[in-house]
Amino acid sequence: MSSIPTSGKLMGGLGPVKLAPRKRDFGIVFQSQVVLMAMSIPFLLHLLLFRMGPMYGWLMAFQNFRPGTPILKQTWVGLEHFRYLFRDIIFLQVLRNTLAMAIIKLVMGTFFSVLVAIMVNETKNRLFKRSVQTISYLPHFISWVVAAHLVRESLMPYGIINNILTGLNIVKEPIFFLGKAEYFWWVIGWSHVWKTAGFGAIIYLAAMTSIDPQLYEAADIDGASRLQRIWHITLPGIRSVFVILLIMNIGFLMEAGFEQQYLLKNALVQDYADVFTIYVLEWGLRRTRFSFATAAGIFRSVVSITLIVIANFIAKRMGEETLM
Amino acid sequence: MKMTTQDYVFDTIKVLLLVFLVAVTLYPFLNTLAVSFNEAQDTIRGGISLWPREFSLRNYEDILSDENIIVAARNSVGRTVIAALVQTFCTAMVAYALANRKYMFRVPIAMVYVLTMYIDGGLIPTYFLFRGLGLVNNFHVYWIPGLTTAFNMLVIRTYMRGLSESFIESAKIEGANDFYIFLRIILPLCMPVLATVILFTAVWQWNYWWDTFIFNSSKINLTTLQYELMKKIQSANSAMSGTSMADAFSRGQSMTGNVVTPVSLRAAMTIVVSLPIIAVYPFLQRYFVHGLTIGGVKG
Repeated sequence: MSSIPTSGKLMGGLGPVKLAPRKRDFGIVFQSQVVLMAMSIPFLLHLLLFRMGPMYGWLMAFQNFRPGTPILKQTWVGLEHFRYLFRDIIFLQVLRNTLAMAIIKLVMGTFFSVLVAIMVNETKNRLFKRSVQTISYLPHFISWVVAAHLVRESLMPYGIINNILTGLNIVKEPIFFLGKAEYFWWVIGWSHVWKTAGFGAIIYLAAMTSIDPQLYEAADIDGASRLQRIWHITLPGIRSVFVILLIMNIGFLMEAGFEQQYLLKNALVQDYADVFTIYVLEWGLRRTRFSFATAAGIFRSVVSITLIVIANFIAKRMGEETLM
Repeated sequence: MKMTTQDYVFDTIKVLLLVFLVAVTLYPFLNTLAVSFNEAQDTIRGGISLWPREFSLRNYEDILSDENIIVAARNSVGRTVIAALVQTFCTAMVAYALANRKYMFRVPIAMVYVLTMYIDGGLIPTYFLFRGLGLVNNFHVYWIPGLTTAFNMLVIRTYMRGLSESFIESAKIEGANDFYIFLRIILPLCMPVLATVILFTAVWQWNYWWDTFIFNSSKINLTTLQYELMKKIQSANSAMSGTSMADAFSRGQSMTGNVVTPVSLRAAMTIVVSLPIIAVYPFLQRYFVHGLTIGGVKG
C-alpha cells in the first residue's frame, strides 16, 4: 500500500490515517456504512436463501417425506435410506459410471488442453495464432444441447466419423457408436475434449506467457532443441497452475457433468451412462421417492466436500498455493 | 537461431495439429448449417457435407411457424435480458461494498460466499424450496435464484479497486452517500468490465435449459429455446433405441402438414439456437483470459 495518503487506490483504506479509540468508533463506523450494508443485502440474502436454504431440506433424507406435511412433523427413519442406498446395485453402478467418466474427462481434458496450449505457444505467426484460438473457443460457448446434436450427428452411422473410417477402409461396416455401451464413456471423454480443449488451453497459455524469456534464450545458447525446451522449461513453468487445476477438479469428481450424459444417452447404453444427478432425478422427481433421492444427493455432496478438503491438504503439503 | 531438421518436423506436426483442431471444431457446425438449408426429404439420402445439395428454406419456415418456438424464443430473450441486467447490477453493487477495505462486514460476507462455492444443497431440497417460494411454473425462476455469482463479483471488485480514489473522496466531502457515488461515479467508470459481465451472464442464461426442464416443463408458455431443442434431441435418442419410434415419427410431422425429417428440423433449430452465441463470443475472449486469471488463480 502506498505511503502517501492522497495517492491511494480506490477504497484502499485511508492509508496511514488511524482511528484511535476502537469502542466509540464502532457506532460511528456502523452508521457511516449503513448504505454499504444495504447494498450487500441482495447478495447475502440470495446466498443464504438459495445456496444455504436447500441444506435445510437435508432433513428429508432422515425421514419418510411426504409432501403436504411440514418438514418437522414427518416420520423419522434415521439412516434407513442410506443403508438402502448402499445395497442398491444401480446406485453402485452409478457411482462407478460417475467416477469413471469424471476421471476419463479429467485426464483427457487436461492432456489435450496442455497439448493445444503448447502448440499455440510455439506458434509465432500472430494471425494464425489468433484465428486458431478464436475458433477453438467456439465449442465452449455453445450449450451442451447444441453440442449434443453436433456430436450425435457426427457419430451416427451416416456421420462424418463413420464416413472417414469406412472411406479409409479402417472398418467395413459403420460403427453405431452411440448404441454400444462399451463406447459410451469414450464418447463422453472425446466430446468433452472437443468442447473444452481449446478453451481450457487459455489458463495454461497464461501461465506460459509468464515464464521468463531469458530461460529460453539461455537454453538456445546451450543448444537445446525445441522438444527439450518444452520439456525442461515450458512444462515446469506451468506446473503450479497444473496442480491447482487438478486439485480444483478433484473436488468435482462426483460431478462428471450430467447434461452431457443426459443428452447423449439412450436406453441401449443406460447401464454405463447414468450418473448421480440423473439417478437423483429419476428416483426423486420421476418416482417421487424424495427422501431416498435426497440421501443420494447428500452422499454426493459430502464426498465432494471431503475430496476438496483432502485435495487442499495434499496441496499444502506439496507447498503449492491452496484454494481456501 | 538455425533451424534443424527436428525443428522442421516439429513445426510441420504443430501446424498439422492446429489445422486439424480447427477442422474438427468447425466441421460439425458447417455440416449442420448445410443440412439445415437442404431439402428435408433429400437429406435422408445422406451424404451432405459442407454444402446443401437441394437448397431450401423450408426447415426454417417450419421452425419459425411453430407457435411453441416463438413462445420459447420470447422467453429465452426475456430471461437473458432481465437476468443479465439485474444480476450484473446486484453483483456490481455488492462488489462496490466489498471493494471497500474498511467495510466492517467484508470478511463475514467473504466467508459466506466461499462456503457456498463448495456447498450444493442438491436437486430435491432445491426443488421443494423453490416450490415453497412459488418459483415452480413461474417465469421468475429464470432470473431470481441466480441473482449474483461470486466469480463475477470478484472480477468486478478487482476492477473497482484499480480505479483512482480521488473521485470518491471529493464526492464524500460534498456529502454524497455511497449508493449515489456507486450509481453516478463508479458504474460509468466500470462500463468495460460491466459489459463483459453482462455478456457472460447473457451467454450462460441463453444456454441454460436445466431449470426449464426441472421447474417449468409442465407449462408450455414458459418453455425456452434450449429446452425445445433438447426435446427434439431426446425424441431422436429414444427413436434410436427403438423405444418410441412412433413418437419420433409423429414429431417429424411439421405444423404445415408436409413431412420434415427430424434431422433437418433439428439442424435448423440448432443453428437458430446457437446463432446469437456465435455472434457475441468473439467479443468475450479478452475478458475470459483476464477473468480466468483473476478467478482461477487468485481465487
